Amino acid sequence: MSNSPRASGSPGPRQRTVEAGVALFVLALGVITIVGSLQVGIGWGDEGPKSGFFPFWVGLIVVLASVVNFVRALAIAPGRLFAEWSQLAEVRKVVIPMAIYVSAVPWLGIYLSSGLLIAGFMRWLGRYGWPLTLCISLALPILTYVTFERWFLVPLPKGPIEDWLGL
Amino acid sequence: MEGISDLLHGFSVVLSWTNFFYMLVGIILGVIIGVLPGLGGANGVAILLPLTFSMPPTSAIILLSCIYWGALFGGAITSILFNIPGEPWSVATTFDGHPMAQKGQAGEALTAAFTSSFVGALFAVIVITLAAPLVASFALQFGPAEKFSVFFLAFCSFVGMGKEPPAKTIAAMMLGFALAAVGTDTVTGSLRLTFGSTELLSGFDFLVAVIGLFGIGEILLTMEEGLSFRGKAAAINPAVVWQTWKGLPRYWMTMLRSCLIGCWMGITPAGATPASFMSYGIAKRSSKDGAKFGTGEIEGVIAPETAAHAAGTSALLPMLALGVPGSPTAAVLLGGLLIWGLQPGPLLFVEQKDFVWGLIASMYLGNIVGLAVVLTMVPVFAAILRVPFGIIAPIILVICAIGAYTVHNNSFDVIMMLVFGVVGYFFKKCNYPLAPLVLAIVLGDKAEEAFRQSLLISGGSVSVFWSSGLVGTIMALGLVALFWPAISNLLGRLVRQRTPA
Repeated sequence: MSNSPRASGSPGPRQRTVEAGVALFVLALGVITIVGSLQVGIGWGDEGPKSGFFPFWVGLIVVLASVVNFVRALAIAPGRLFAEWSQLAEVRKVVIPMAIYVSAVPWLGIYLSSGLLIAGFMRWLGRYGWPLTLCISLALPILTYVTFERWFLVPLPKGPIEDWLGL
Repeated sequence: MEGISDLLHGFSVVLSWTNFFYMLVGIILGVIIGVLPGLGGANGVAILLPLTFSMPPTSAIILLSCIYWGALFGGAITSILFNIPGEPWSVATTFDGHPMAQKGQAGEALTAAFTSSFVGALFAVIVITLAAPLVASFALQFGPAEKFSVFFLAFCSFVGMGKEPPAKTIAAMMLGFALAAVGTDTVTGSLRLTFGSTELLSGFDFLVAVIGLFGIGEILLTMEEGLSFRGKAAAINPAVVWQTWKGLPRYWMTMLRSCLIGCWMGITPAGATPASFMSYGIAKRSSKDGAKFGTGEIEGVIAPETAAHAAGTSALLPMLALGVPGSPTAAVLLGGLLIWGLQPGPLLFVEQKDFVWGLIASMYLGNIVGLAVVLTMVPVFAAILRVPFGIIAPIILVICAIGAYTVHNNSFDVIMMLVFGVVGYFFKKCNYPLAPLVLAIVLGDKAEEAFRQSLLISGGSVSVFWSSGLVGTIMALGLVALFWPAISNLLGRLVRQRTPA
């Protein structure tokens, strides 16, 4: 598959690089757990083991297991690819709109943001025409509103549009 | 027999039009969830859980457990018609199911898959009916040390039985325990691991983790693989069903074996996925048509489907009787029980008879309704998969976000969901198992509580975990499970050395 945009360089990140990175990420979380446990005490208190006792050992095991995983990751054949750049570009096409979406929900409310997310997806990734795009991106929020707020009485986050509509 | 009368009472609890309606809705939703990529049993139930808070617990559990049965059925549809396993446990079904569909035998393959799923589930429900009350009454005598030893056994089984490298399983599992520890310490009530952040005060909710890891992570994987849904046409008519049913009794041995494998793997939390692979492998080795497996043998559909359903169903046994779920979906259901104010575990069988036996009765009915629904509605479900990914993907993303928000009515959870989603994508690609991570988040507090109470009783000595025969036995079993690959390797070598001599 040499049709990736960066065919001149490597076709994608190596599996061993990514696995080593994931192992270090988990290791860091383990270290954070240990630090947090030390802050609240890992010894024996008046009511038995202190709050940090259990998480301390858990964190320690996470660190030890991650060291093993890191060493194992380095032993992976360098030729194995994690994914091709073109594939990762596909993944990015979801992650970036999702990141904008989740940060917009508190400000715009879930209905407007959801409609925009669906419209954006269909229009630019799916290349659908406006009629179908508008139809679905309006229908889903309305359906959600009826199901959640009216039927099950579960309130969802709202924004300026809902205020303006007086909902 | 006390059990029979309890069960009959359960049927009387369940048999109402409302509950039947919930059952039907649950099954249909479940199949849709099972068919769609990115929505599976575990996160489908997690998303809908907040909607059931206002329902009576029995109706709620019927709805949610039926979603689970539906998802188990649904996985087979995509595997056979589209060669895309909708759920991990239906991967093994693609090996022979899709070749059958290519040969024009889609109807036979689907009928065989659904029927053997049904047989597997029924077998597991009978096991639950007979064994769960016994296990529960036995477990009533458990103290904190025994409780911890059961958790220990459950988590060790993951390490020893899983396909993933042990160090990765341990890392993922312990990460789950660490995430569970964040927030309020349930024993002393003090705060820990929040690092001054107000968002982390209430800790990480496992429902958010499930929706992110399984839902968003799955969508990202699907994007990467660039799936195009080109499926075979599905037509099931009564003649095909009847023809297939007439042929099935020949495979009773395969079915029985798969039922047993499934129940074993479901109760020890190895789960439906390894059960289906193991059952397929054994069927291939022992069948006289074993060489033809992979080219569209009906036996290759029966074996994994029976085992997957038996495992998926029997995973509820330890959840109900011990409070230790056997699968991520069972873990989500357990979370639901806690939210409805029911304490899962042995006392449930004493204090909440209506609920427990209602649930068990609904398992019988739900699977019968499920079989009828999937056999009649396959074309409808297959049509859903033909909706292009460009439309389905954003809708699934929005549903996941709404599900994550409604857990605590908190926008921060939606952000956490995306973080869990990205982590889930990398973990899956790097072969870290997600099921033990989720189970550890659910059970972390309970396991820790049992551990600390045991130590409190013993005054800090770890010898409490082998102080009595029962505790010692369960802990020893746990250690055997933990080191199982090494032990079986050693046994195998001993046997081989002896044979030539």
